[in-house]
Amino acid sequence: MLKDILDSFKRELGEKIIEARIEEKVKGEKRLWLVVRKDSFKRVVKHLFLAYPNTRFAVASGYDADTHITLIYHFFVSLEGKAGDASVNIKVDVPKNNPVLPTITDIVPGALISERELQEMLGVKIKDIPDPRRIFLSNDFPKGIYPWRRDEYGPERIVRDLHRGDKE
Amino acid sequence: MKKIADTGNEQNSFTFCVGPVHPALKEPLQFTFKIEGERVKKVDFMLSHVHRGIEWMGTRRNPIQIIYLAERICGICNISHPFAFCRAVESVAGIEVPPRAEYIRTINAELERIHSHLLWAGIAAHELGFDSVLHYILKARERVLDIIEYITGNRITKGIMMIGGVRRDISKKQYRKIIEAMEYYKKQVKKISDILLKDHVVKARTINTGILSKADAIKLCAVGPTARASGVKRDVRQDEPYAAYKYLDVEAITPATIGKETRGDVYDRTLVRLAEIRQSVNIIVECLKSMPEGKIAYEDKIPKLLAELKSVEGEGIGRHEAPRGEVLHYIKLIGNETLFSWKVRAPTYANLLSWVPMLLGAQIADIPIIAASTDPCLSCTNRAVITKHGKHVVIDHEALHELSVKKTLALRKVKHD
Repeated sequence: MLKDILDSFKRELGEKIIEARIEEKVKGEKRLWLVVRKDSFKRVVKHLFLAYPNTRFAVASGYDADTHITLIYHFFVSLEGKAGDASVNIKVDVPKNNPVLPTITDIVPGALISERELQEMLGVKIKDIPDPRRIFLSNDFPKGIYPWRRDEYGPERIVRDLHRGDKE
Repeated sequence: MKKIADTGNEQNSFTFCVGPVHPALKEPLQFTFKIEGERVKKVDFMLSHVHRGIEWMGTRRNPIQIIYLAERICGICNISHPFAFCRAVESVAGIEVPPRAEYIRTINAELERIHSHLLWAGIAAHELGFDSVLHYILKARERVLDIIEYITGNRITKGIMMIGGVRRDISKKQYRKIIEAMEYYKKQVKKISDILLKDHVVKARTINTGILSKADAIKLCAVGPTARASGVKRDVRQDEPYAAYKYLDVEAITPATIGKETRGDVYDRTLVRLAEIRQSVNIIVECLKSMPEGKIAYEDKIPKLLAELKSVEGEGIGRHEAPRGEVLHYIKLIGNETLFSWKVRAPTYANLLSWVPMLLGAQIADIPIIAASTDPCLSCTNRAVITKHGKHVVIDHEALHELSVKKTLALRKVKHD
């Protein structure tokens, strides 16, 4: 079943899929991990929803991978009958000097919270996001600091200087 | 305070802020409503009041330490978060959990669902102005907390989850007391259902209030009882059977499965939650009956387990059906002592956007019960601000609550006349 999903991606997108792996280490779990190119990310998501209308977006996560930022969009596809859910995780790398990715809220409106979170936590720019405001960070949190980053934009300095409080 | 961009007639509308104190559960969340007359025309919310950076803290700890950190994400879901986290680690490391441990995990998770749903039912009654019902339900809830204490040692933050199993067994001697408590709940749920589902005034307040259509629930990625009450038949226990659920054949409960019409309103959310308590009771009884003997953990020695996890590389996700819906943890291990990345998706995160269609067009007095009906889980404060013609009028949580109570009293009067 996971193989069908993977095949359908391969047919549709060919070499745009850099890496694909199926993981079923624990009984009952079906996990598909796809690494796709940044320019074809939106096409991949569109294809997933077209081919499998029973797809649900769960959340987007991400991390700082030193030379670039990796974003992971987690989806679940409801398979037919009693087969249950298959998890489809789409990974995309964005360069640090131009971290821009198109929004998917036109396909799944429920992805808005995750996209707002990625913007404030990783400093990624989501193109055409309907609501670019912060969501989990308060408005007085310093600008230009992104909590999930591990480089000079990360929160290490704030944490180190916590004892100073508001006094400069 | 943030001003919302105007769309309607300025003279007829004003901005109404609720929070950072939550009108319902005293959680720190700020709603900004645009009101015309008595009706809500625009909804906006802000959540940034209690972000604690737990995921960031987690990347500086080892997986065993994170179990206890995950337990403290939420006071109610303190089985759900460690459960999802342990499943994520097991998925990466390929650890098989012994069957007895799977049953014990399931029993604990279902006990958590019973107490969470009972608390919710109490709060919902309180928001409607039925405080005697709140006290009645909270008294009934004590028994499940006692049972949790009896089998784990603590009422909350039980510390029972472990990667590859659980930390404490349930002995044969303890079965009787648990089954007695389940018998008690079968009777109690019937009584609570009579109060919350059959009373005319409660029905008048909840039916057709805060409607979330099935299309909206799917579009906005709602989860848990919020989605199921709108007719979306999704439940992790059914869709990806894990732990003991794979031996039990659990079916997601929607109003249709219990033979009721689906409207997706506050009444349906109550209906689904009460049915889920009954379902949990049955699952626990079934688990106690069919629980096999055997080991309760993949590895008893924690240092040995840690050493094994140190060499694991890869990424994985763990899911669990928490009382409020699906909780999901993503982790990435890179053969280090600490985690490289950790992302927690709590159910309320997915249910946030559903508030917008529910609250649009609602009356101010219905805001507390609608906001509470998704069972939001954020944290707490206690203040509300109204801005009328540029002047700030501060009303507190109690005043807003009073509005809700007044509406119930007015309805009751109508019924008696």
